Amino acid sequence: MIATHLPVLQVAVPLIAAPVCVLLRRGDYAWVFTTVVCWGLLAIAALLLDQVMSGGTISYRLGGWAPPIGIEYRLDGVNAFVLLIIAGTAALMMPYARQSVEQEVRPERRHLFYAIFLLALTGLLGITATGDAFNIYVFLEISSLASYVLIAQGRRRRALTASYQYLIVGTIGASLILIGIGFLYAKTGTLNIADLAVRVPALGETPAVLAAFAFITVGVLIKLALFPFHVWLPNAYAYAPSMVSAFLAATATKVGAYMLLRFVFTVFGVHFAFETLPLTEILLALSLIAVLAGSLVAVFQSDLKRLLAFSSVGQIGYLGVGIGLASVTGVTGALVHVFNHALMKGGLFLAAGTIAYRLGATDLSALHGLGRRMPFTMAAVVIGGLGLVGVPITSGFVSKWYLVQAAFEEGLWPVALFVLAGSLIALAYVGRVVEAAYFRPAPPDAEPVGEAPWAMQLSTWALIGGSVYFGLHTDLTVVIAERAATVLLAGAP
Amino acid sequence: MEALSHVNYWAAIVLAMIGLYAVIAPSNLIKKLIGLGIFQSAIFLIYITAGKVEGGTAPIIDAGHAVYSNPLPHVLILTAIVVAVSTLAVGLALTVAIKRDYGTVEEDEIDEQDRR
Repeated sequence: MIATHLPVLQVAVPLIAAPVCVLLRRGDYAWVFTTVVCWGLLAIAALLLDQVMSGGTISYRLGGWAPPIGIEYRLDGVNAFVLLIIAGTAALMMPYARQSVEQEVRPERRHLFYAIFLLALTGLLGITATGDAFNIYVFLEISSLASYVLIAQGRRRRALTASYQYLIVGTIGASLILIGIGFLYAKTGTLNIADLAVRVPALGETPAVLAAFAFITVGVLIKLALFPFHVWLPNAYAYAPSMVSAFLAATATKVGAYMLLRFVFTVFGVHFAFETLPLTEILLALSLIAVLAGSLVAVFQSDLKRLLAFSSVGQIGYLGVGIGLASVTGVTGALVHVFNHALMKGGLFLAAGTIAYRLGATDLSALHGLGRRMPFTMAAVVIGGLGLVGVPITSGFVSKWYLVQAAFEEGLWPVALFVLAGSLIALAYVGRVVEAAYFRPAPPDAEPVGEAPWAMQLSTWALIGGSVYFGLHTDLTVVIAERAATVLLAGAP
Repeated sequence: MEALSHVNYWAAIVLAMIGLYAVIAPSNLIKKLIGLGIFQSAIFLIYITAGKVEGGTAPIIDAGHAVYSNPLPHVLILTAIVVAVSTLAVGLALTVAIKRDYGTVEEDEIDEQDRR
């Protein structure tokens, strides 16, 4: 009985849990409650993915109203996979949250922090689960508004300006998506994605469809933070509380990538986007600039969190490369990278947060000699960093392997070359962190610091360990991603 | 007359451009939020106009009428208005916090303080 309602529970549970958190009135109660909710969501997501892998697409009618009039939650291999990534990273980060939030958020605000966190989670899960275009907009705004508030909780006042900047850029992005959806509705009279997927390609190249495509693509690229729409990202990630940086880096941009896949492949269709319109050329050009420029700028950062944020700009470029190639291998590579990057970057931001927890700063100069003083945390940073470079046996290698292979399949060897060049630059910025932590002696007047609390270590190592595990056992992620890519490229359901 | 029949759409385009300009040009954070509000209102206008059926009346079944306007865009925009109000509220709250911590709401002065 309950099994048939899992799709809506995935979104409704955190939505209802958020006001309960407010009522709990105490930070530690709210933390326990949120932890239980997050693990429950992970269980739901795992069950849903299992159902989809064994039984095919699930269509859930909200309130029993039949689509396309009623709102439908539609789960196929793609969004069931993304749901698992979101719920999984949230659940794994919860042990970390308690001490990190206790240090960074004022006591009277802690229960509210968890409430807003659950709302952000609701929005991200909702965007992914829903099969209705307008619903995507509403959930997008729920998650965005919650993330603006979360980012503003950072301890330094620059968190406020970073959040404000993100609010302006993010709202414009979401509004552009809203215009695009409006054009599609005016032209087709439907908002259901499966229905749009049938009707939009039938319209051909009318100006309204072209305009809708342009508005939606640009709006989604702003949310995805692909170059040149990435300006909001570095500050937002650098000044947000540690927990928020890690959570958003692991999930928010991944959901952006999912929206791009859903709109471009399912709604507009591969033929329209990549053959009628030159989306391959545009995406590849922007993504390769993102890979090179994002990674290069990361090399010259003096703060670990900012370095990781710019590295994210570069890594988002890899997602764009895979999507832009529009082949099964390319999209598989992008989806695998969505999963792997969520683990690696989530783990790295958690480790950076652990360092901030102990040292109160994440400047590279503050890291001197830290390899000896916080050996476990720094080991996590090194392994995660090697994943960003794409060293074999880390999962970063798997996604890059697929991307390079996809580029060769299309005969675009310069693209493969750029992907490898990006890895070399990543080696440079990871090298700077390693140099600071292991090869520079600690300043003589440095205060003695010990390792971080075990709960924070646990979350960090769960994510970093996962990135190594999935680098060795590639079959699980690749099989799921490959099936998802095949579903996407097949077009209309 | 062709152009006049689309007067709402022209108005929406003009409003959207005014709104975007007002987001980008001023350095005052509150003025930027006003611009954002104008930009969003322009989008609402597009939706509401698209829902109007010529000669149609309010969508309440009634013996005297056969043509009804499409109510769905109006309902959608009701949701979008709620979103816009919430965004404005969060934006203003952030502005208040920025004023408290920086002592100004002018972007250039904030940038100058951040550089120091």
